[in-house]
Amino acid sequence: MENLRLLFESPVLSVQLLLDGVLIGAIFALSAYGMALVWGVMGLINVAQGELVMLGGYAAFYLYQAGIHPLFAVPAAAVALFVFGWILYRTVVFRVVEKDLFISILATFGLSILLQQLANTLFGADVRTADAGFGTLFLFGGAVTVAEIKLVSFAVALVTGALLIQFLKRSRMGQAIRATAQNARAARVMGVDTQRVYAWTFGLNAAICGASGALVAMTWVIHPYLGLPYTVRSFMIVIIAGLGNVAAVLAVALGLGAAENFAGFVFGAEYQAAFIFGLLVVILVWRRFWLARERRYLQ
Amino acid sequence: MSAMLEVDRVRKAFGGLLANKDVSLRVPAGGIFGLIGPNGSGKTTLFNSIVGHHPIDAGSIRFEGREISRLRVPQIARLGLLRTFQQTRIYGGMTCVENMAISVPTSELGWRSMWQRTPEADLRKASDLLEFVGLFPKRHLRAGDLSFGQQKLLELAMALMSAPRMLLLDEPTAGINPTLINGLLERLRKINRQFGITLLVIEHNMRVIMELAEYVYCLAHGELLAEGKPEQIQQDPRVLEAYLGAR
Amino acid sequence: MKPLALRRAALAAVVALALAAPYLLPNWRTQMALLFIMIVFALTWDLLGGQMGYNSFGNVLFFGVGMYVCAIVQRDGHLGYFAGLLLGSGAGALVAVALAALLGSGILGLRGHYFAIGTLGLGVAAGELASGWDFVGAGGGMVPPLYPGALGSRETFFYYLCLALPAITLPFLRWLYKGRFGLVLNAIRDDEDKAEAMGLRTTRYKTSAWCISAFFLGLSGGAVGNLLGFIDPREVAFPVDTFGVWMVLMAILGGKGTLWGPVIGAVIFHVTKELAWTYLLGWQRVSLGLLIVVIVVFFPVGILGWARERWPERFGHAVEASPGEASR
Repeated sequence: MENLRLLFESPVLSVQLLLDGVLIGAIFALSAYGMALVWGVMGLINVAQGELVMLGGYAAFYLYQAGIHPLFAVPAAAVALFVFGWILYRTVVFRVVEKDLFISILATFGLSILLQQLANTLFGADVRTADAGFGTLFLFGGAVTVAEIKLVSFAVALVTGALLIQFLKRSRMGQAIRATAQNARAARVMGVDTQRVYAWTFGLNAAICGASGALVAMTWVIHPYLGLPYTVRSFMIVIIAGLGNVAAVLAVALGLGAAENFAGFVFGAEYQAAFIFGLLVVILVWRRFWLARERRYLQ
Repeated sequence: MSAMLEVDRVRKAFGGLLANKDVSLRVPAGGIFGLIGPNGSGKTTLFNSIVGHHPIDAGSIRFEGREISRLRVPQIARLGLLRTFQQTRIYGGMTCVENMAISVPTSELGWRSMWQRTPEADLRKASDLLEFVGLFPKRHLRAGDLSFGQQKLLELAMALMSAPRMLLLDEPTAGINPTLINGLLERLRKINRQFGITLLVIEHNMRVIMELAEYVYCLAHGELLAEGKPEQIQQDPRVLEAYLGAR
Repeated sequence: MKPLALRRAALAAVVALALAAPYLLPNWRTQMALLFIMIVFALTWDLLGGQMGYNSFGNVLFFGVGMYVCAIVQRDGHLGYFAGLLLGSGAGALVAVALAALLGSGILGLRGHYFAIGTLGLGVAAGELASGWDFVGAGGGMVPPLYPGALGSRETFFYYLCLALPAITLPFLRWLYKGRFGLVLNAIRDDEDKAEAMGLRTTRYKTSAWCISAFFLGLSGGAVGNLLGFIDPREVAFPVDTFGVWMVLMAILGGKGTLWGPVIGAVIFHVTKELAWTYLLGWQRVSLGLLIVVIVVFFPVGILGWARERWPERFGHAVEASPGEASR
């Protein structure tokens, strides 16, 4: 493993990989948080999560084409996706929310395929990017380079997450959402309109995915098929970090970003996707054996 | 009288909550014993511990002299100790007959038999037991389409199909129409007398326990509060206080 | 005519038609061959999903493994065409079964949505790994050997080869479901904890079902790889977001948990898909995605499920008044 040896020989390389990975990890944290929100409040695992990110990216791209600076595209994409998510909930998702979990997974999977193919047909399969025109930073005497855009998007991701958390804490809708997450029936009895809460939750999730998609468009590239890896990343982060803990979601997301980057270097870029999906399986199986450990001595 | 089930100073905590604290009880072979206590006293937790649903923190549980506290649920079931569930669990997508057919003692379900159809003898036994609980006419309906009370009866019949030596019944009369309770009690007594199955019954319905059980254990706050014959328990001031106090 | 005789006559007619079809509809031979594969997809998915309750999105793993193993045997085995194909398919099926047995203990311990997403991960990971592995041609895929027969006979040969697959899968599953194995699977689906609480050794049955699925999928992989003539790791061998999802849909459309439901679903879906490809070119994948959503949201019980609710007596769910009446 040539590349592995390189890592040990050159610690600067590790720092570079770590830094890049952590910076992009913040973007993963956003969509993971959204998934945790929807899962916790509505009991729905949104397999179309990555497609919402993808659409956010395209929204930012087309805004950029229209002359709007990518940084302003972030809130714009968030708003656009909020509306889209809200409409999506009111037309399709509401029908599968209180049903069998498999049906809801299959429905959102169908939705993800539909959105993917729509994007492919409407936008074309080429990769796109929205150049924010930022430069590069040189650290440690030029040994480590950081694209300024990555630092900026890291900061924006953190700010967006913090905004969402404040919204959930302070606003009335936010409180209604949290109440519903705890006990939907009780909330309904207290006069909370559950369907409205769910629509808002789904919309907020879409918004946060939209924001993260805009950041992806600036930092990297977007294309119609980037969705599924994002969905899987979000899912992995949520099952490790749990549904309630924001700090844990962030920490795990940053860790995943770093791990992915290292894996991409060691195994080769063409295996990076294999790494993500393989890691998912490993985590699920490991988690299952870990949970069974509390009965371990019952061999 | 040899003890069929011996629970010895069992302790079980969930996180910070101590659900069972040094609980001990004995059920002799062939008896019908009751387990009562207000909500949250740890009765179902004790059942779960006995059948191996979770490991216990301390103590020992012996079934027919054999230590079972380290065994898993399927293993304990195969030894002849079964339980029914408070929320009644049956196989909703299958017909009643199929529910019964799959409940034969697992010792009869060898590898080779899996590829064969259910034998006539089993089907006949299933029909008889369904008749016993009064579900014979409904035997080809899907179990999920039955009423709650009927499902409870089906669950009971399935447990019997498995020819257990001891049954732990978790609130067998809960949710049953009061006019039907007498019939159920009759059946439970028959199960005990005719089929020779030892019963340990969790119940909230005092009348049921008084009529059914020959000896009663009362739990409160995770501990054994009192034990004795039903008439004694009924008048025990600690028991009355536990129930009244819990309200 | 008595119902049994009627059924036998219908069966004989279907068999006769199936055997004669390449000569009746020569332009549709490949399409019909693919239909047979779709039936196998739907049936094997339903074994795990509809009968046992383990909804897998990664069945294509075994399909692709079978396909690649067959192609490797054909490439490196230095056998004649037909011997290579036969041995390769067999080897593919066996390797798929071995893989299922190996993965079973880990993956089948996952419940519900974790199993669904975990198998999804497996299927995609397999495709990604194959795309990077040079031994199997990496992203360029593999090309099985050319069919040696006369022009025009290739399609007929593959028609019959593919016909053989549901011809063995369907009766096998019918026999399987009639026995107690079918009952155990259904019990696992309806309440796995209850089944364990009653003493059933659920792990061995789950693994067996997984291996049976893998076997038929592996066989199909070998056939399809040769039928299509080109093995692409993501689009053909491990097509998670096309065939991987469609097999779920077919079983659901026809009615999951029944024997004929998946077959009906496969036929309807395949015909619809071919129509979409012909008449909605450019939008065919979008329309299929839409179809998935529509069916799952509005019609999750499927055709046979709907029929069973409408006419329960036809399915044997009737109340019988007196004991002693004949049971099924």
